Amino acid sequence: MTMTTSSSSSAAASQNAYFYPALLLGLGSIIALLLIGLVIPKWLLFLVTIAAANGLVSLGIVILMRSGVVSFGQGMVFALGGYAAALAYGKLGITDALVLSLGGGLVAVILSAPFAYLIARYRGIFFAMLSLSLSMVLYGILIKSESMGGSDGFNMGRPTLFGIRAADEWSSYLNYAVTITLSGLCTLATYIYFNSTRGLVSLAARDNEIRVEYLGSSVQELIATNYLLAAFMGGMGGALAVIALGHIEPNFSYWTTSGEFVFVSILAGHYSVIAVFIASTVLEIVRSFSSLYFPNTWQLVLGLFLLAVIRFLPRGIGSLWEKRVKKQQQGERA
Amino acid sequence: MNIALTIMIDGLTYASWLFIVALGLTLVFGVLKILNVAHGSFYALGAYAAASLVGWFASMQLAPELSLIAMLLAAVGVAVIVAPLCERGLLRIFYGRDEVLLVLVTYALFLILEDVTKIIWGVNPFYLSEPYALFGNVDIGKQSYVGYDFLLVIVAIVVGFIVWWGLNRTRIGKIVLAVIHSEEIAASMGVNVSRIYTLAFGTGIFLAALGGALTAPMISVQPGISVGVVILSFAVVIIGGLGSIPGAAIGALIVGIARSAAVHLMPVAELFSIYLVMAVVLMFRPEGLFQRSQARKI
Repeated sequence: MTMTTSSSSSAAASQNAYFYPALLLGLGSIIALLLIGLVIPKWLLFLVTIAAANGLVSLGIVILMRSGVVSFGQGMVFALGGYAAALAYGKLGITDALVLSLGGGLVAVILSAPFAYLIARYRGIFFAMLSLSLSMVLYGILIKSESMGGSDGFNMGRPTLFGIRAADEWSSYLNYAVTITLSGLCTLATYIYFNSTRGLVSLAARDNEIRVEYLGSSVQELIATNYLLAAFMGGMGGALAVIALGHIEPNFSYWTTSGEFVFVSILAGHYSVIAVFIASTVLEIVRSFSSLYFPNTWQLVLGLFLLAVIRFLPRGIGSLWEKRVKKQQQGERA
Repeated sequence: MNIALTIMIDGLTYASWLFIVALGLTLVFGVLKILNVAHGSFYALGAYAAASLVGWFASMQLAPELSLIAMLLAAVGVAVIVAPLCERGLLRIFYGRDEVLLVLVTYALFLILEDVTKIIWGVNPFYLSEPYALFGNVDIGKQSYVGYDFLLVIVAIVVGFIVWWGLNRTRIGKIVLAVIHSEEIAASMGVNVSRIYTLAFGTGIFLAALGGALTAPMISVQPGISVGVVILSFAVVIIGGLGSIPGAAIGALIVGIARSAAVHLMPVAELFSIYLVMAVVLMFRPEGLFQRSQARKI
């Protein structure tokens, strides 16, 4: 505990020391990824697009994890954003990929806002279960809504960008570029948020909530805000996933979908924002390869993989390179 | 009036098997502090095992009444073979970790068991309707109900009583209660905590498998039945309070009646009526209806 705060507060004190390198690194990686997208094969392009879109949802869970709670119902905001984008495309004729994804995020925030304060009163298993039940309520509504295709869902066409409709061979690159840019910017913003005062207070709330309350911060308000941030990212991830897949169905809100998002967050750990996208890509790769080579037992492979991660990397991939964690581990050993 | 009676009876029969399954879930949580996502998979294993055993009994030309024994044997088999494997071989490694991480461990177990069931029994549905007709029909008013459903209600009451009696009136039950209360102190008094864990987990899994075996004649046993059941039993134990037996009974009744009311009055709401009830209960009584609130640790 002492190690975490001392190193974190020094990070906050010298804001410029982390801000500009992070900004450069973040924008640099976005540009690098956009260029790499031009040369990689199409299946990989699609895989990374989906991984980045799903990664955004898990990034939201990581924000919540840093304040000490885990949502088992992020499928709800994922579905809200996805349905918002698909409906806006089909019924309102909005085709711009950027507008659709940002709109998806906003709709998810607006519709989950009434629950934010309420859910922020709960911790541990109760937070997880309440978020799960909210997502299952949405699932129950979606599966019975005839106008939105019921359990089959419905399709949406290809998006445009700034009024331009990409040619066939470029359409998957367009999705890739939008997804990479948006999730890159969100990652950068999250990193800055983590090192801001509020972000560090979240981490303190994870360590000891009552101490934070006595110091004058409202933990409930903190978690509510983080819940809404997570909703925005989840909604945007849902919209981006729908744009890439061209199809939406109620399963977006099912508890097994939420379980996968939590899986990625745990695999990543809450120490590093980049790790979330690495974890999400790893999951997609394991999923596609095991469904290719073990078509009937890919869930089995996924489960064993998950167990191996929890067993051997309990703090997540991010703990492999984050200095803060290493210091903390040394502190615990000493 | 008639419709109210129908809702009550449908709700009661639905609640009865749900209570048996949820009782297992709540027992495992009470003792091991694990919210077992794979609970539904054990339900499915029980249903599949029952389908196989009843089929085998039928091929041996045994009396149809014996199929009830076959169902019981199926549940016992799952509890004796699979439960120790999972608890000793897997869960034991992760004891003491964060409770949310443990949820994820059982989620992994759920994924694994899902495919294992498919490997053993394939993907085609099984039907075993013979036991369902064993008890004929019962007429109440103008409506006719299947006798087997009432058998389920009786079984649920008996199972609930046995578990309550076992926990409160026997030596081993009192030891289990001591472990639930504080495993450290129980261990220092000489209780073999890890054996109690195995026992409690085995009993919980037996109840899940029993629920699966008993419902097997009423449904088509096919891949995917586990997924819905676990969410239903979550709703039950959350409504009643995690770790509480009367809570599980009341929770099961509430869920059963909410569902059958929705089915009869507003079919559109069938799926989400249950989760709506669960969300409402959580909002007003976060610890469930039958749970004393716990002191916050500073």
